Amino acid sequence: MTGSTAGSLPGPLTGIRVIDFTWAWAGPHGVQLLAMLGAEAIKIESMTRLDHSRVRSLMGGASQTGPDAASIFGDLNAGKLSVRLDLRRKEAKEIVLRLAAMSDVAVQNMRPGALDRLGLGYESLRKVNPRIIMLSSSAVGDSGPERTYAGYAPTFAALSGIADITGYRDGPPIPLSGSVDLRVGTAAAFTVLVALRYRNRTGEGQNIDLSSTEVMSTLMGEAFLGYEMTGQVPHRMGNADDLMAPHSCYPCSGENQWVSIAVATPAEWCALRNAIGTPLLADPALESEAVRRRRRDEIDAAIEGWTRARTTGAVCAELQQAGVAATPLLRSTDLAADPHVQARAVLQPIDHPVLGRRLVVGPPWRMDGAAIRGRAPLIGEHISYVLGDLLGMGAGEIEALSEAGVLN
Amino acid sequence: MTARPLEGLRIIEHGSMVAAPYCAKLMADLGADVIKVEPPVTGDPARQRGPFPGRVPHLERSALFLYVNTSKRGVTLDIASAEGRRLFERLARDADLVIEDWPPGELAAIGLSYDRLAASNPRLVMASITPFGQSGPYSSYRAYHLNQYQAGGFTSGFYEGQEQRAPARGGGYVAEYDAGQAAAVACMAAVLAAEATGKGRCIEISKQEASMCLERVDIGRAANEPGQNSRWGSVGGLVETSDGHLIITAASDQHWQGLVEAMGSPAWAAEEWCRDEKARSEHADKIQPHIKDWAAAHTRDEIYRALQSRGTPAGPVQNAAEVRNWAQLEARKFFVELEHPEAGTLAYAGTPSRFSTLQWSPGPAPLLGQHNRDIYCDELGCSEDDLARLTRTGVI
Repeated sequence: MTGSTAGSLPGPLTGIRVIDFTWAWAGPHGVQLLAMLGAEAIKIESMTRLDHSRVRSLMGGASQTGPDAASIFGDLNAGKLSVRLDLRRKEAKEIVLRLAAMSDVAVQNMRPGALDRLGLGYESLRKVNPRIIMLSSSAVGDSGPERTYAGYAPTFAALSGIADITGYRDGPPIPLSGSVDLRVGTAAAFTVLVALRYRNRTGEGQNIDLSSTEVMSTLMGEAFLGYEMTGQVPHRMGNADDLMAPHSCYPCSGENQWVSIAVATPAEWCALRNAIGTPLLADPALESEAVRRRRRDEIDAAIEGWTRARTTGAVCAELQQAGVAATPLLRSTDLAADPHVQARAVLQPIDHPVLGRRLVVGPPWRMDGAAIRGRAPLIGEHISYVLGDLLGMGAGEIEALSEAGVLN
Repeated sequence: MTARPLEGLRIIEHGSMVAAPYCAKLMADLGADVIKVEPPVTGDPARQRGPFPGRVPHLERSALFLYVNTSKRGVTLDIASAEGRRLFERLARDADLVIEDWPPGELAAIGLSYDRLAASNPRLVMASITPFGQSGPYSSYRAYHLNQYQAGGFTSGFYEGQEQRAPARGGGYVAEYDAGQAAAVACMAAVLAAEATGKGRCIEISKQEASMCLERVDIGRAANEPGQNSRWGSVGGLVETSDGHLIITAASDQHWQGLVEAMGSPAWAAEEWCRDEKARSEHADKIQPHIKDWAAAHTRDEIYRALQSRGTPAGPVQNAAEVRNWAQLEARKFFVELEHPEAGTLAYAGTPSRFSTLQWSPGPAPLLGQHNRDIYCDELGCSEDDLARLTRTGVI
């Protein structure tokens, strides 16, 4: 069973059609997850308002030379279809509404109110399809005093509280990375599926307002509850832990190579102590976790003395064999070459007519029917399928719309 | 008219700490009947993690446990015992979904493989969540949150300073939550398919792969364009104001204009090296000191409002107390009070989603073994004598 083959069952969401109004990172990834599970995702795009991730940008790197040569877009929109529609045009709105009438889900992440002003908000879609589920994700949600405020991944991390508890105690807070957006997309995909179950049972659609910042706050809920209980504000603590010691990253041989080691149980402590064999660690007083916390620096120095002379691979193999949680620190740049990642074929080759063959990270789960179903679409690549096959328009009609600038 | 969307779903969770329990919590809060199976006496290790009121450890008062196990019913069960295994099979026979996080192969070794459980319940979906997946050279590796986060590709040179220390892990247990949230997507999709077709599926989740999926852009770039990982300079980012840190994102022309206006349109911002995104990025080392000086002379809130009112995204770095008291969350009723018999009434972080008609309605986490009688006697038909014997022999 691997993520690259769909297996013997169809995708669990086969037959579900999603209208994808999203752009940038968060929304597109959410719909991409649904596509990996078999949904048909139709991205509504326009040359007049290009998805950020199709635009040559500082983040894009050298391969990003045009809307169809956009590697970031490719990483976030695999397996989708694309139509070009200038949503300011009446004819384009009509096409969207006709499509909505035969779709199950619509997802959007424009600023609150923007899609309503185009006449394509939930109320408009519901009129043509009461069963439709619409999810709108925004920076801080579609209500409250700051509902019009804009944001990106790092501001979600900042406002949510997670940046403040990430980083070293004597260093600045760290707003994680672009991964924050993909967490929001994951929450969006889950929420859509919940509403789908309800719709399957009742026929009733749903309008969902998702706050990106609140998604991040939910992923640190114990910190708020801890504050509530103790009145103490949690603080960032680098790689250390409130209870566990040792609990850190240690340098190994080679340049900038690290291993993370964490010890929770007496058995793990004994195994680590015996593996390292330094007399200092043999002190029976260190069998107490509280004592180890107090003498953390001394213990860390002893462990470091041992790890520095070894490769990360050797440290992990030996300590894991002994029953200690020790794993290599793998940066985004290290993973493609890692033997475990290679053995599991996590990165999969996807052929693209403009970008060529690229490695793309597979789905976050493995099951029959879950797979990256294809490359990301060229902009407007599926106009004839969507307008012709789905909506029943003739070639002449599509041509006329194109000439009138509606399919731009 | 509101309704609980996952009503009627029966889920058995045998998980520990965060990932598997969080996956089940997401569904429990929306109305699924989640039965959490814990080892007798000590329970889920999250019960020992805290934080605790007054810093006094107590199995029923750990903030971590209380948060990631809301809305569940709880039983104790030693599934490694023969009788425990039979009871677990009984539970799985009536379930839509089993979520577990045992090391690879261990459940199968005691006779609780997916194939075996599905033989008497073909619609069953089963999700197995492990640190590195069921196969491959690291599949037997143990990992706590620190290990998991640091093996997931979340760090890159971009976020590291020049200092000789390792990149810091994500705060709290974020990589564990990530795996739970990813698992919940697959579980929901598989359950929907099983409800339609009567056929369940077996889902494998590697926490490392859940992390990698979130870092797919950076990992993809590194894999396909090695050597091009040094990004250009960025303008704005994390700045220090007179009363704390704040994030500014002002790369695009439109957002940059908002920043320039908020700064009072200084003369330097009209120079050639501020012309467009590319020029600003190349001259970030010239621009950043100006932004930093301006930020240092104002409060976080002044800058936040000045930028947002001009359409430029920004956000103060808020600590947990500030988030708890943030007017925006207050207005959206994000925190909800729950009453728990041992921990008392406390405000919990809520849901990021507001539904037009569906109800998100959490209840408190279960006490250790709180529902043993309800489930073993009332639902599975054990007698009071059975219950006493199972308790005495340590099965429950």
